Formats: sequence, C-alpha cells, structure tokens
Amino acid sequence: MTTITLLVNGKSVRANVEPRTHLADFLREELNLTGTNLGCEQGVCGACTVQIGGAPARSCIAFAVACDGGELRTIEGFDDDPLMAQLRNAFSAKHALQCGYCTPGMLITAHDIATRLPDADEARVRYELAGNLCRCTGYVGIVRAVMQVLDARRGVGGR
Amino acid sequence: MKAPRFEYLKAASCAEAVHHLARSDGAGKPVAGWQSLGPMLNLRLAQPELLVDITGIVELTSVTREPAAIVLGACISHAAIEDTRVPDVTQGLLPFAAHGIAYRAVRNRGTVGGSLAHADPAADWISLMALLDAQYLVRGPAGPRTVACADWMQGAFTTTLASDEILTGVRIPALSASARWSYHKFNRKPGEFAHAIAAFVVDPERGVTRGVIGATDGAPHVIDDATALLDAWHPDLAAQTLVAAGIAPGTYEHQIHAAVLQRASRELSHARKRAA
Repeated sequence: MTTITLLVNGKSVRANVEPRTHLADFLREELNLTGTNLGCEQGVCGACTVQIGGAPARSCIAFAVACDGGELRTIEGFDDDPLMAQLRNAFSAKHALQCGYCTPGMLITAHDIATRLPDADEARVRYELAGNLCRCTGYVGIVRAVMQVLDARRGVGGR
Repeated sequence: MKAPRFEYLKAASCAEAVHHLARSDGAGKPVAGWQSLGPMLNLRLAQPELLVDITGIVELTSVTREPAAIVLGACISHAAIEDTRVPDVTQGLLPFAAHGIAYRAVRNRGTVGGSLAHADPAADWISLMALLDAQYLVRGPAGPRTVACADWMQGAFTTTLASDEILTGVRIPALSASARWSYHKFNRKPGEFAHAIAAFVVDPERGVTRGVIGATDGAPHVIDDATALLDAWHPDLAAQTLVAAGIAPGTYEHQIHAAVLQRASRELSHARKRAA
C-alpha cells in the first residue's frame, strides 16, 4: 500500500492504495464517486473519462498511485459549472442519451471541446468525439447537443 | 481486466530510475503516460514486477533548442506537441501528426518517449522519427548514449533499449523554411492505430528527399532517396518499394499501403506546387 494525497472535486483526499488499482476503481470503490463509468477498461470506449490536472483523461488506464499530488475532477465535480449545466440541458433537449452509460465521459469530452475549441464545426466535433463510444444514440443527438451549446456560446441562434 | 500486482516507484532523477531498473534484473519497466502500458497491464499482456515512473524527472519534460535541431524530452505529451506548447522545428509536421494520435484524452497523457520505446509499428512517432532521421538519447548505468534512428527499432515492439536503460529524449533535425512534407495514414476510424502510413519530406536546402513506409510488420522502411516516387507515379516502382518494405504483393496490406503511398506522394507534389 502507498499513501497518496489528491485534490478530488476541490476536496483534499488522503488514501492508501495498491499500485495496481486504476484510477476509476479508486474513484468508484474508495471515494464512492460512481458517476464515472467503466466500459472497456482498456482505454478505448471513453466512458471513464475524467479530468486530470484540468485535461480529459481515461481513468481506467491511469493509476491512482501515479496521480499522487494531482488534481482530479469527475462528473460529480461539475455540479456548479455553468458550461456543464448548458451541456446537460442540451443533452436532454437533443436526445443525446438513452441508457446514459457513456454520458459522464461524453460530457467531460464535450466540456473540453467547448472550452478548447469554441469555433469547432460539426466535422471537428465528430472528430473530437471519436474517442467516446455510445451504443444507443448513433451520435446524431450528441453532436447536435454539443453544436447547440457551441452555437449558443458564439451567439448564433436556432438549431 | 485488472492489472496484476506490481511495485511502483517514482524516480526523481535519471540516475535513480536507472538504479531501480538495474536492481530489478529485467523485471522492471519505466513508465510515463501509461497509455499503452495501462491497457497492457489491465489485459495482463505485460506483467512487470516493478514500474519506475519517470514523469517526475524535470529533464525529461524539457525542450532544448540546438542550432540545427530540437531535443524533446521523453515525457513531453502528444497534446503539448499538437498545441505547439513546445516549439515546432518541422514546419508543422509534428503538430499535424500529433493531432491524429488516438484521442485527446489519450494525447493529454501519452508521451513521445513512451510511444517510441513501446515501438508499435502502427504508431505515428516511430515512423516520423525515421523519416526525419532523429536521434534517440538513452541513459543507462554506463551513462548516456545516442542511438541513430536506423538502429533504434529492431522489430515490432522491440528496441535497442536495455532493461536498465531509459529513453530520455529525441533529437529532431530542424527542417528548412522551404521544406515540404506530406503525411498520410489510413485508419478505419479516427484515432485507431494505422493500417498503413506513408510520409515524405523534401528539404532542398539540406539535400533531403526522403520517404517512409510505416505500419508494417516491423521497423519503418526508410526511402533515402524518394525522388523517383515523387516526380511521377509509377505503380511498378511503388510495388517494388513496398516489397522492399516487407509487404507481400497481392495482399490487403499491399493494396492499402500502395494507396496510402500514392496519396502521400500526391500530397507532397501539391504542397510543392502551392509553394512554387
């Protein structure tokens, strides 16, 4: 066991971890932050995407022990985030989820797109979303939701 | 889908990392971004007894400008290259390629050195370093050594790196302002590993007309003088080149590599025309 100290959703956390524990298991099992979902556990599906040091990352192939001293933000950490509120509303309005399993990872990625690429067009949004798999919606609703938020933030109406 | 047990140590210096690896007697591995090793651990394709985290070594995240080159520390992320948070000396080639590696969430963590040490033939950097004639900077118990790119990769997932050595950085020659490049890879979906890679660079000021064929079964195939493949498209010459790269004729791999090689050749011709 190794003792680590992390800032998780703004709160300082101290815990003992085995090196083999990946970050998603640590968040879900130790901190009860079950908003982060595990799909493939090999870095492909994107369901477990969280922010590490402010940037999106796969929590299934990050290891808790290696995040010592770092800053994490999970989907639970965006409750008061105005951009995430916009994205959540747009996901509802545009039917961007059915079962909801991919949604936390989709939202973290969508938040990154809106922050980093405010001028993205639909093709770019699709490219940037390629690392998050959804097996229900076929992506049309998700892309529309992200575009609605981008347009709203650019001051463009209608969609 | 859970990693096997391993010991984890974070090294503060290259000497410390090398010391830990040397005492593990081949059962240890350096780790940086975890983006290839993480899945391999979860799938238990890799079962190291010791992982030595090298991301805390300041030298490995640094960038050094030299008169005719740049040295990128091994722990620089793909995203840092994509965003040109590190200077680009390749007229946009490295940022372009970085943007096509996996997904942003992976690029934020994955490192240039990790990718090169992993030596997946279908990865981007291993082919591009061969194209650009980069040098690999290695540190081991006997001190530093420099490896020419032709000597780095010995086969799929196999490099010259010994079990008690770490890759500290890569020296990338600067392209002239008049240099032109093309880079083409084929994936069935964005972000997956390439089925075929071809790239060219023409840098008249430095006397370079080079090509590379990547995503083969082994090390990338460098074409030292690519003039004939660029001046006009000769299917027979392309086929010969692909066979020399170890890609058997009459296969899917041959067809897809031929198409990618032709596209990269055409893209470079267009780049030259635009510049003229």
